[in-house]
Amino acid sequence: MDFNFTQEQTLLADSLRRYLAKSYSLPARRQAIAAAGGFSAEHWQAYADMGVLALNVPEAHGGLAAGPGGNPLDTLVVMREFGRGLVVEPLWMSAVVCANVIGLSGSDTQQSALLPALADGSEVFALGALEPGGRYDFNHVATTATASGDGFKLSGRKAVVLHGAQAEHLIVSARVSGKVADATGVALFVVERNAPGLRAFDYATVDGLRAAEITLDGVVVPQSAMLADETHGTAVLERTIQLAGAALCAEALGIVEALTDTTNEYLKTRKQFGVPIGKFQALQHRVADMLVCVEQVRAMAYFAAAKVSLEDGEARRNAIAAARASVAEASRFVGKNAVQLHGGMGVADELIVSHYVKRLTMLNQTFGDYEHHLAQYAEAMTA
Amino acid sequence: MDLNPSAADRAFREEVRSFVHSSLPASIRDKMLNQKKVSREDTVCWHKILYAHGWGAPSWPVEYGGTGWTAMQRLIFDDECALAGAPRLIPFGHNMVAPVIMKFGNQWQKERFLPRILAMDECWCQGYSEPGSGSDLASLTTTAVRVRDAEGDHYLVNGQKTWTTLAHWADWIFCLVRTSKEGKQQAGISFLLINMRTPGVTVRPILNMHDIHHVNEVFLDNVKVPSENLVGEENQGWTYAKYLLGHERSGFAQIGFHKRELQRVKDIARQEMSHGKPLFDDPRFRAKIAQLEIRLQALEIMGLKLIWDQEQGKPPGPDASIVKIFSTDLMQAIGELAVEAAGPYAQPYQPEAQYLDFAGEFAGPPYTSGLAATHFDNHKYTIFAGSNEIQRNIISKMILGL
Repeated sequence: MDFNFTQEQTLLADSLRRYLAKSYSLPARRQAIAAAGGFSAEHWQAYADMGVLALNVPEAHGGLAAGPGGNPLDTLVVMREFGRGLVVEPLWMSAVVCANVIGLSGSDTQQSALLPALADGSEVFALGALEPGGRYDFNHVATTATASGDGFKLSGRKAVVLHGAQAEHLIVSARVSGKVADATGVALFVVERNAPGLRAFDYATVDGLRAAEITLDGVVVPQSAMLADETHGTAVLERTIQLAGAALCAEALGIVEALTDTTNEYLKTRKQFGVPIGKFQALQHRVADMLVCVEQVRAMAYFAAAKVSLEDGEARRNAIAAARASVAEASRFVGKNAVQLHGGMGVADELIVSHYVKRLTMLNQTFGDYEHHLAQYAEAMTA
Repeated sequence: MDLNPSAADRAFREEVRSFVHSSLPASIRDKMLNQKKVSREDTVCWHKILYAHGWGAPSWPVEYGGTGWTAMQRLIFDDECALAGAPRLIPFGHNMVAPVIMKFGNQWQKERFLPRILAMDECWCQGYSEPGSGSDLASLTTTAVRVRDAEGDHYLVNGQKTWTTLAHWADWIFCLVRTSKEGKQQAGISFLLINMRTPGVTVRPILNMHDIHHVNEVFLDNVKVPSENLVGEENQGWTYAKYLLGHERSGFAQIGFHKRELQRVKDIARQEMSHGKPLFDDPRFRAKIAQLEIRLQALEIMGLKLIWDQEQGKPPGPDASIVKIFSTDLMQAIGELAVEAAGPYAQPYQPEAQYLDFAGEFAGPPYTSGLAATHFDNHKYTIFAGSNEIQRNIISKMILGL
């Protein structure tokens, strides 16, 4: 057992933290959000230069990962810093989620065609796995893929696809056989965003990101666009969503740490009744309880990163469900109390607190929320 | 970072499991697994079995006869012992006074006390709290006056300790006593080792809210304590006391114990019927168990990190307070859920059924008879060893700097 990060991981985290502290102030973040595409091309390039977009891409295809799935601990240190930095650029969606979908399912030809541009940041990828009416069930796939000529014709709708209108490439699940919620019969396809018949309804999310409703109306794709066939699609999606979930736990860790730090700082500077409000025991105990929650999030973010590579599918599924439920539970406490302890300033747009809390709330509702993961864990729990 | 057990860890788990299964007397195991009264003899017996096997002090360094185990091995050991139904080792000797003697005691004290703690030839209790000094421990008023007379060099101790867990089992008590009224309260406290058989020491039981006798009052009337029983320097006891508290709190993860109690909830829920099917199959009840099992998973990592940090040379500090809060809240939540699982049969009060040889009639299923006692007894966890509010004070002062 070892709780230390490697020297490389520590150095990477330090340089990211320094970069974000220097260049990613709240006004800079607002500028990024206001930019075309909802993120900053300049910051995106900086991340690419630091290599963080390549962490989940295999070495053979322009990346830094020894194999598919990358090193979840590398992802953890990066996502934690991105959480603290409250970054809006699509690192998680493109360089964690999609890098893994492609790495886990694509042929050598497909990987070498797609991944180098993902790893160097020149192209952005987004995954459309969930659909209206399906909540967090990625088996709920009403989108159909029917044979058409040498390829397939795709029709259906994908819900809340983060960065969906900005991505050059969309990866979508589509049903080749079976009924809407069947656990098999789902294949994965790469679709170009400007493909005829693809409509992206682009909108802002409450936490400063962009998302889109993607409608596929008879979009024709060649056979070579199929990443995973109907016997593999579900397994690839499940594994990807677990890796993505572990990464979200790490992002949550960065946020709850930052929220607790900033709250603690506020308690030392804000004065009422002639003393810093941190002198009041009622507030001290509240922030102490926030710190207990931070340690809960840390434990489960580490746990998720440690278990997401397990070969045993059931153990892996249970571990990620446990981690995400636990992180969501503890995050909620930290978020709402960070606001409470900031008083009126906590609800103001001016401070970073409210922005952290919005992101924290929404990330705990991305690819499954507290109830979803608790139910998943409970159903599989051994007696 | 690597949180997964190695092949060696897995082999160690097998080793511990098979040792505990073959060595733990069935009568003790049955008491533990069925929430029956465990005696001093049971606890000492199990400890001596461990000692004979070289496992008398899982947390001690090898030079003092400990196992020198890694954090993971200690966790595995606690896990397997608790799950198999082994009694908890009494912490006052091994985990509390022993680290203080190792760090601050003199050679004579090390030789006099440590081997007997290791072999469980002597049982200890802790003389900290007083009637007027609970959370405000440093206000304690039990006095020790140094006297040099014809009978030698000794302290004359007068005062009262209270909430003294297992004083009725103890051969020795380590006491915080006031040796000076000068300066700050903390600067006048000394750390004294007192033989419970000394004239003037009286133990009186305090029954808890469910008739369990764990804690006591200890009266000290003109107790003569040889001055060689002073640990470290006079008036430096507060430093040693705090060092000890760090060790006490880092023992609070109690993962194995939690796992066993959560398993008890599951076992009850499988047997209790609700609307024609096992309570365990009720999604709402199952989600409650799941929530606690997930918290337990988080606690396991937090506990491992705490021990691991200590192995890296970090002294036990306020991090232990975080684990204490998290662990004791969980412990109570598990006990509450056990009572809830029992349904109407949580109600019968049959104190005679807490003995393993009870041959009378149970009002309900036998597995329900000890649940309320455990649950009510669990209330102590968030109060003792520094109430959880005191832990929050420590966190806000030591970690947050408030």
